[in-house]
Amino acid sequence: MSDDVLLRVKNLESFYGPIMAIRGVSLEVRRGQLVTVLGANGAGKTTLLKTISGVMDPEKGIVELEGEEIQGSDPDLVVNRGMVHVPEGREIFPLLTVAENIQMGAYTRKDADGIAEDIELVYDYFPILRERRTQAAGTLSGGQQQMLAIGRGLMARPRIMLLDEPSLGLSPLLTEEIFAIIKRLNKEQGVTMMLVEQNAAVALSVADYGYVMELGRIVMADEAEVLANSKDVQEFYLGVSHEENQRGQRRWKQRKTWR
Amino acid sequence: MDAIQLIVSGLANGCVYGLIALGFVLIYKATEAVNFAQGDFMMLGAFLCVGFTNEAYLGLPFWAAVPLAIMAMAVFGYLFDMTILRRMFGESQVAIVILTIAFGFVLRFIAGEVWTHEPVSLETPFAGEFINLGGVVLDVSEILIVIVTLLLTGVLYLFFSRTKLGVAMQAASQNQLAAYYMGIPVKRIQSLVWGLSGAVAAIAGILFASKGAIDPSAGLLGIKAFAAAAIGGFGSLPGALVGGLIVGLVEPIAARYGPVGVSQIAPYAILILVLIFRPGGIFSQTQRKKV
Repeated sequence: MSDDVLLRVKNLESFYGPIMAIRGVSLEVRRGQLVTVLGANGAGKTTLLKTISGVMDPEKGIVELEGEEIQGSDPDLVVNRGMVHVPEGREIFPLLTVAENIQMGAYTRKDADGIAEDIELVYDYFPILRERRTQAAGTLSGGQQQMLAIGRGLMARPRIMLLDEPSLGLSPLLTEEIFAIIKRLNKEQGVTMMLVEQNAAVALSVADYGYVMELGRIVMADEAEVLANSKDVQEFYLGVSHEENQRGQRRWKQRKTWR
Repeated sequence: MDAIQLIVSGLANGCVYGLIALGFVLIYKATEAVNFAQGDFMMLGAFLCVGFTNEAYLGLPFWAAVPLAIMAMAVFGYLFDMTILRRMFGESQVAIVILTIAFGFVLRFIAGEVWTHEPVSLETPFAGEFINLGGVVLDVSEILIVIVTLLLTGVLYLFFSRTKLGVAMQAASQNQLAAYYMGIPVKRIQSLVWGLSGAVAAIAGILFASKGAIDPSAGLLGIKAFAAAAIGGFGSLPGALVGGLIVGLVEPIAARYGPVGVSQIAPYAILILVLIFRPGGIFSQTQRKKV
């Protein structure tokens, strides 16, 4: 059971300047799983991903990728070990062409044949990118840029992909399209996914397992289905209103059960 | 006839300005810092070549001295970034700018002490040779300057568009954070860019010294090149070269046909006009981020 764990985070603490953004987070991602971390603005989700992928160094705690400790190592080493981070807000290279952006995703790889194969794979999943491959990436629409960011991430041939808010700034329809592709990549290519989202409804609909984060701590962890049916998640993340409200009972008087 | 000679010598000057401006832009794009010592890098490259080839110093063959000087400056630029600038990581841009200005003064002094404070000319196999093209007498070194600049531009273009390292340099300059996420070793790439701009500065210096004399304060030419870079659009490589050519061409023409003193003012007058009417420079590259 335990050797099935691809990514294990133990008691991670991380500071954002003087602010303690991650206050002792522990979680596990199993091979082939699609795990989501939900949370509101400022809950520490992005900091968590940055700390895991080595862009930020943790103050304390352990990040294990396939049993090897990787906390505090530089991102190029982490990418080499099979973990890729698709950052929030796309962060593509605006003046490079779409094809060059995709090639940059494979920077740490040396196998020319494998890279060529994977470029085809990316174009198969995102046909629009094949059409636009000679265009400067900055001229793509927001949704296409998100596809490019995911495709570029795939080029590292990752075993695990950390996705930071892929729905940011996208229309509901595009969000669904992107999430469907993320799900397909997870099932067909066996890429383990760790997905950070504010859009809980979409995230829980594709995820296998979920964590809820508040103020730098994990407050809830369960199967995605269980989470989706939990009263607190429904109330605070899915916007489902319950009978109490209709009877005029103010929710803010109640305590959330996870606190 | 006169006009053609003016234009050729203006082009040759412009190429040197353009190459120094190219060094400014390379570093600015890659690291968002402005290297005000770029002119002094050029001067140092020229003096290194003088030191290698002139009879008064080592007296190596010219064609061996040139690559040696270029390589030495490339290593110099790389090490300058790796040892000194990396310690400044996270400091304000102003601190880095002041550091490069101060470093320029230090280089000027060192060059004066090691070689000479007097103007010295580079001993080249083609010094003082002229060719006569149907009545137009052209200086061989000026023609060589234009040819070398064209070749270098082509090589740099191929490097930045075709090689993985070149594309990665562009990527790191466009979005440092994303490059870091992709596993591109951004710090090493920045040092390599400094090395590259050191090599370009050396080439500019050798070309400059081959058609005239060089002295330790030749680095002040960097100010004019800076104006050229701003005219072309800080951040655009073709812009730097075009800006350099504009400044180079305007100077002799203004000196020949304009009133006394205009040639000194002309580049900066153009700079002011460009900044007023097209603040990003002629080849401005602005890209808004989509959210």
